[in-house]
Amino acid sequence: MQKSLHIDPNKCTGCLQCEMACSWENYRSFTTAKSRIKVFSFHEAGRFVPYTCTQCDEAWCMTACPVDAIKLDPVTGAKIVLDPTCVGCKVCTIACPFGTINYVAQSGKVQKCDLCDGAPACAKACPTAAITYVDADWTGLEKMRQWAGKTDTNPATV
Amino acid sequence: MAWTKNVLRVNLETGTCTTEPLNQTWAQDYLGQRGLATKYLVSEIDPKVDPLSPQNKLIFVTGPLTGTMAATGGRYSVVTKGPLTGAIACSNSGGYFGAELKFAGWDMVIFEGASPKPVYLLLMDGKAELVDASHLWGKTVWETEETIKKQHQDPQLRVASIGRAGENGVLYAAIVNDLHRAAGRSGVGAVMGSKNLKAFAVRGTRTDAYQVADPEGFFKAVDAGKAVLAANGVTGQGLPTYGTQVLMNVINELGALPTRNHQDIQFEGANNIGGEAMHLKRPTDGKANLVTNGACFGCTIACGRISRMDPGHFSVKDKPQYHGASGGVEYEAAWALGAANGVSDLEALTYANFLCNEDGFDPISFGATVGAAMELYELGLLTKEEVGFELPFGSTEAMVKLAELTAKGEGFGKLIGLGSKRLCTKYGRPDLSMTVKSQEFPAYDGRGLQGMGLAYATSNRGACHLRGYMVSPEVLGIPVKMEPQATEGKPAMLKAFQDLTAVVDSAGICLFTTFAWGLQDIQPQIQAACEGDWSEERLLLVGERIWNLEREFNLSAGLTCKDDNLPPRLMKEPAKTGPQKGAVSKLDIMLPEYYQLRGWDKQGVPTPETRTRLGV
Repeated sequence: MQKSLHIDPNKCTGCLQCEMACSWENYRSFTTAKSRIKVFSFHEAGRFVPYTCTQCDEAWCMTACPVDAIKLDPVTGAKIVLDPTCVGCKVCTIACPFGTINYVAQSGKVQKCDLCDGAPACAKACPTAAITYVDADWTGLEKMRQWAGKTDTNPATV
Repeated sequence: MAWTKNVLRVNLETGTCTTEPLNQTWAQDYLGQRGLATKYLVSEIDPKVDPLSPQNKLIFVTGPLTGTMAATGGRYSVVTKGPLTGAIACSNSGGYFGAELKFAGWDMVIFEGASPKPVYLLLMDGKAELVDASHLWGKTVWETEETIKKQHQDPQLRVASIGRAGENGVLYAAIVNDLHRAAGRSGVGAVMGSKNLKAFAVRGTRTDAYQVADPEGFFKAVDAGKAVLAANGVTGQGLPTYGTQVLMNVINELGALPTRNHQDIQFEGANNIGGEAMHLKRPTDGKANLVTNGACFGCTIACGRISRMDPGHFSVKDKPQYHGASGGVEYEAAWALGAANGVSDLEALTYANFLCNEDGFDPISFGATVGAAMELYELGLLTKEEVGFELPFGSTEAMVKLAELTAKGEGFGKLIGLGSKRLCTKYGRPDLSMTVKSQEFPAYDGRGLQGMGLAYATSNRGACHLRGYMVSPEVLGIPVKMEPQATEGKPAMLKAFQDLTAVVDSAGICLFTTFAWGLQDIQPQIQAACEGDWSEERLLLVGERIWNLEREFNLSAGLTCKDDNLPPRLMKEPAKTGPQKGAVSKLDIMLPEYYQLRGWDKQGVPTPETRTRLGV
């Protein structure tokens, strides 16, 4: 079964455990500045929204890369940056409509979410299940279940 | 390794920033944050120094667990000599600022002297620079944070700053970071203002600044700790749902909610201003005061209140800048702005709380001072002419008006900004100031909860609930249930709480974890993060050492056992209603035993044996 990251902003509290987990996974450091998932605070609306790559099927970053440094992981569906190949031209950062692939000056390469080889650290670290890793074909299942629970009960069975 | 081992020293007089290595012997003896910065401060300033003079120092400090995945590992403290109390001041804040400071590579930043003109510190990883802040002087915390981010085109900067309260010498001015998290008590913001230091902006991107010593052990301990917090009724459900406001009705029903300057011990309006009320839909606009709960950095509890006001409320009707969501009232603020002066309008409390965040002042001391002023007014000692308007108990309009005046230092707000001790002394009734060491009580009555009375009297930073939270045993039954009116065993329990709290405050984590965590949950996290052997026994010794170091500083500053006291009202005027009816504080029974357990003489001075044992 293919899985995908599923984000429910209503559950996010802005604790940044996901950002630290991402940084730890890739840098062995808790430095949130290095995270590939970012939590945005919309202060006046009182909302926190985690945001990262959604692994487009037709990935603009992959298509735009002139040196084929972004490859599809057929198991997870993740689009993965091959560090040795990446030349840091940043064309992918322009092509991506969502801004979720970014240049890292420290390495001279770009970085994006690679789903941690199928075990995303952010989802594991999230204390409120705002970030989950679920069946890619059924990301709406939990929401459907909640709404299903709210439908009227048949009076005959009460 | 969990320390960055770097200290930044900023001389505001000469405008120079220098780096020095962390004193690692002190880190081993005092752990970090509260303990470590206190050691630095005590070693570097004359305890008798005027807190608002350039000779005082102001220290921003993180702990070894700050900026780690330990639950709530994002705390920092500001340590200085406090202008409200003349005692050691140590104010702890959450939000995101502390972790960012650590990511930038610093355990501690020490500000010395005073700048000849307004400045702010811009700290980008290893690069420190004092920047002219003339254009920010006179601006609020909210404006300052926004302006600095825009000016440097960096929305990811984290900013701690003072508002007009800190500039204008409000003696309980706070330092506010991330718009509504505050190093709130004892007037640390006034010290910052006296140094002409408007703000401290930091951005940390380093991956090599520090490490946890044993990553595998660390994650095991941290995951176990998170599971305990999630499973606990208080940290897993009560705090996320109601915030600390979960306490309002509980404490009121127990008869320990100080009301109208401690004249009463129960508030008839408590139900209108508590955690449950924040969830109710308003009849006016059909929306609830509470929008959502929010977390500080790394926190898996998320007790923070994010509130939105009724835009039609009289206080904000024509002020759209207050119509968006922002930091709502937590329990202590709701009590101080509400019960302490008899006001039960949740929207008004929210507005006053917004102002406290926006202009950087402590809602506890502010609200309690308003309560004292209202009593002076009702006694005829304060007149309408002096105040500028009527000031009876329960006046929502007066409370709101004073919140607007205080930070700006306008009108009667100037006197409110000095705190209740100075206010009541001026009008000839110092006995009406509900304070210890000139700092206002928080939201628990020392008659209703005997242990809290002792905790207030002995707190090193003046009246405070965060130095030894006896509410835990006396109300919540954590770790054991103790009857509110009992005195037996309370001094020993308080000493244990004070020492444990000093450890928590020095580690980089939040005290609220201790609703669920005992030392057995915290110790493995510290052990795995830090080099060396950090047994439970050693940590408690560190806590006791910190407590005694603070005590020694206060004694050298001129405080004595006479300052370990409660106002006559709590000692002599019996509680009027509720389960604790008839109670007065039995401090005189508990205090000698407390001194003895502490290894202090009858004057409250640590004995030579105690000093030797702790190495203070």
